[in-house]
Amino acid sequence: MTLAAGTRVRVLDGASIGHVRTPWYVKGKTGVVAHVQGSFRNPETLAFGGDGQPVRPLYYVGFRRGDLFPGTEGPALDTVYMDLYEHWLEAV
Amino acid sequence: MPLIHDRGGWPDDRPIDRTEHDLEDWELLVDALMQALTGGGVMTVDELRRGVESMERWRYEHASYYDRWITSIEKILVERGVFTGADVDERVAQYQAEAAR
Repeated sequence: MTLAAGTRVRVLDGASIGHVRTPWYVKGKTGVVAHVQGSFRNPETLAFGGDGQPVRPLYYVGFRRGDLFPGTEGPALDTVYMDLYEHWLEAV
Repeated sequence: MPLIHDRGGWPDDRPIDRTEHDLEDWELLVDALMQALTGGGVMTVDELRRGVESMERWRYEHASYYDRWITSIEKILVERGVFTGADVDERVAQYQAEAAR
């Protein structure tokens, strides 16, 4: 599976045990893939002395501020971008 | 409640502390040590982060940036069998004895 730019994705609501690069405040939230960054070794196993294989696709995903922090005030188009690994995402 | 390091997005009305400080010699040494360890393939930056993230909440909150690094480096090198916690304690006691002379 490779997600194309423009794909709407939901972030899985997994646990933050070990070493996880997915921050709590995007879990379960929906955003849009802005860019495919390439494939990189998996930091979750590298963090425990593993080799990080197989490499995982990494996506630059944009989230609307209002979707992440409902009830906050600010421009509607304010967007938070972050790098997220494919195994944390599902297309919606 | 997210883990201690996972703090982006925590609600807080206080202004961001943007004060800078000159690095002390030990902080520069910690940075250089980490460069040597990653460059030499002894440990990875991902392990460094995992070690920092596993610090107890009160320790994390009171530790400076490079204090977190050296705490993690020691933990990871003990895990990897480079030295033991007793080796570190022994060396620290030795330096303290020399400094007290």
